[in-house]
Amino acid sequence: MENSISVAGLIKRFGRTTALDGLDLTVAQGEVHGFLGPNGAGKTTTIRILLGLQRADGGTVRLLGGDPWHDAVSLHRRLAYVPGDVTLWPNLSGGEVIDLLGRLRGGLNPARRNELLERFDLDPRKKGRAYSKGNRQKVGLIAALASDAELLLLDEPTSGLDPLMEEVFRQVIAEEKRRGRTVLLSSHILSEVEALCDRVSIIRQGRTVETGTLTQLRHLTRTFISAELSTPPNGLADLPGVHDLQVAANQVRLQVDSAQLDPVLRQLTSHGVRSLVSQPPTLEELFLRHYETSRHETGQHQTGRHETEPAT
Amino acid sequence: MTAFTGTGNLARLIVRRDRVLLPIWMLFMAVLPLSLASGTATLYKTDAERQGYIDDLGSSPLLLLFYGTKPADPNLGALIFWRGATGMVIMALIGVLFVIRHTRVEEEAGRRELLGATVVGRHAAVAAALLTMTVASLAVGVLVALGMISQDTPAGGAFAMGLAWASASILFAAVGAVTAQLSEGAGAARGIGVAVVGLSFGVRGAGDVAAGLSWLSWVSPLGWIYQVHAYTGNRWWIFGVVAVATVAVSALALRLSARRDVGAGLLPPRLGPPAAAPGLSGPLALAWRLHRGSLYGWLAGLGIVGGLLFGGVAKTSADLLADNEQLKQILERIGGTSGAADVFLAGTLGIGAIAVAAYGISAALRMRTEEAALRSEALLATGVSRLRWAASHLVFAFLGPAAVMLVTGLVAGLCYGVSTGDVGRAVPRVLAGALVQLPAIWVLAALTVAVFGLAPRRAPAVGWAALSVCVVLGQIGAALQLSQALLDVSPFTHIPRVPGGTVTVAPLLVLTVITVALVLAGLTGFRRRSVPVT
Repeated sequence: MENSISVAGLIKRFGRTTALDGLDLTVAQGEVHGFLGPNGAGKTTTIRILLGLQRADGGTVRLLGGDPWHDAVSLHRRLAYVPGDVTLWPNLSGGEVIDLLGRLRGGLNPARRNELLERFDLDPRKKGRAYSKGNRQKVGLIAALASDAELLLLDEPTSGLDPLMEEVFRQVIAEEKRRGRTVLLSSHILSEVEALCDRVSIIRQGRTVETGTLTQLRHLTRTFISAELSTPPNGLADLPGVHDLQVAANQVRLQVDSAQLDPVLRQLTSHGVRSLVSQPPTLEELFLRHYETSRHETGQHQTGRHETEPAT
Repeated sequence: MTAFTGTGNLARLIVRRDRVLLPIWMLFMAVLPLSLASGTATLYKTDAERQGYIDDLGSSPLLLLFYGTKPADPNLGALIFWRGATGMVIMALIGVLFVIRHTRVEEEAGRRELLGATVVGRHAAVAAALLTMTVASLAVGVLVALGMISQDTPAGGAFAMGLAWASASILFAAVGAVTAQLSEGAGAARGIGVAVVGLSFGVRGAGDVAAGLSWLSWVSPLGWIYQVHAYTGNRWWIFGVVAVATVAVSALALRLSARRDVGAGLLPPRLGPPAAAPGLSGPLALAWRLHRGSLYGWLAGLGIVGGLLFGGVAKTSADLLADNEQLKQILERIGGTSGAADVFLAGTLGIGAIAVAAYGISAALRMRTEEAALRSEALLATGVSRLRWAASHLVFAFLGPAAVMLVTGLVAGLCYGVSTGDVGRAVPRVLAGALVQLPAIWVLAALTVAVFGLAPRRAPAVGWAALSVCVVLGQIGAALQLSQALLDVSPFTHIPRVPGGTVTVAPLLVLTVITVALVLAGLTGFRRRSVPVT
């Protein structure tokens, strides 16, 4: 089966700043793919290149089997896009915008449109200027979801939505997935990503630092271990993947990359384990680690991929 | 903390934000009567000459509509107060628009909310806008008075005139503060405010023109200010009336503003249709929705009102020229050599064309507004190509000005034809004079399109700067005795003077070729560049 999106080594520069620095992204047909990364990591730039609104400076980009820059118009008829900040024309009503965008994409399903208006609880008669941020977002979402597009590009689509509406959004995306639509979902909301996405790509400073299924990613997180041993331990610091090691007599506290758990446990048991507390890895931890590292490294020259890159 | 806490800080914010715009319009308004006075003083030296001039102008009801009733005494100051009365209407419009700009526009953009959460009293935003406008208006008033004194007119009359000009913007600033409370959208507030100025102007004009209706002049607030009669009556007590009215209207604005929620209007917002009409299905249909308001405005304002004015006054001004040998020589030296009315018509159509060029530029800049607001992104992510999207706006940037000039020429021609009794001859000649301007108008719109495609962030600056250069070269270039090479920079320099002059096709063709080249360059750049550039 052909991939809906395949991006390799994508490079985009704005003057002297490099927005995308060799980004890779593969979205298989029919999957919901989470696209994560801190602010300024290059998510929106990537999506705009996929839309053919911006031109790549290097790398290869294929979208629905075509070139997004050269085949923009024909590809656009097969996809629907919701920006992170939907802006509306102040003198057009929400219903008019939904219909207009739908028609420009080649038609929308009126029954579906009305059903979505109902479910998202949107008054389509209000003028663009009268909508709140969340309601503007709903206009963009309904216009995209009521179309027959085979690919949905959603750039932080739920920003400004209340928790009830977020729940509706999740249900609707789950339905779209069952219908076989492909979704690229850029998001900061982990619960949303966990609930909806088959696979996830995390990007940082214009590069893909992790990609895989959520189960695979969980293996990349660190487990926290606190143990009381019979004898003072040695050799722990030399083991790969051990972080934040604290030893006080027979007490040990450490974090270990999940892939390196086994050698650490062997080392511990060799010293006689009296008690052991282990906290399982969470995705939050993984994301926060990437987000924070990004903050620390801002302005520095980046030398390579993150250390948790799976060994190949 | 009182309801006015923070007024001073907000006023400073207004001055900071308008640090360019504020001095420009103040200076412009201050120089207006001065330039009028120095020009008139050299052409009409004696009381008898000025009385003749007043009688000539006063014979046209259309001019009385603008200027008010003729002054009782033909001294220079009185003549300028009368001739320059339109300046007071401009001051009134500035007052309305300035206050809405700093109240309702801020509220609609959500910035007022940000400020409202700080230590700022309930009345501070409205009070700061009114305070700033009052101080700026009084400064204009003083400058106007000093300018008039420099023309050897009596100081008493000069200050009465300056204060009358200031009164117009101060009083209508309060009106603007009231209209800003009415609607949620700034556009509607502006519309209502400008309509109040227009109504005051119309009622006053009717009172001044129609015999037996002179009481109407006293119904209109603009009428009171006309009635100051600087240099003849110097009715200072009228300023007391204006002050009381200003305080009362301002108090009303503050009460209305205190009674409503931030962001809300007193009039309920109108709802739109729940679904789009079948016709709203393409970029051109959307562009029509976005452009039609300003197109209607220009068709009505310049096309019909301007056309009536140009055509209606042409014969009067021709008679005027016939009376004044010196003026006749000057105008014939600058322009065509045929009839004086032709000179007047060609000149006013040229000025109208510069205004229409402003419309063409603003319609072209709509593309930039749409892009910067990220609205073009949503459209270009659908099955709309970039060229098709750009074309939907270019239709209005190029055919919009053509429609306005067409209507201006038709109305002016009809109106002039009626006054001379020869409609059949007047209409085609005046219409040609209007349409011959189009290539120059298009060059400016096309330049804006080119910059939009190649360097989008600079498009507004370049477009408006180019227009300013044309205004300067066209209006005062000859007076400054600039070299012909410099004057040739403006496309309007190359437009033949019609009616009256001979039409040479070559410059019109060259301008059209330049237009096409600029548009092609802009579209090529737009197809190749990133969108949106913010």
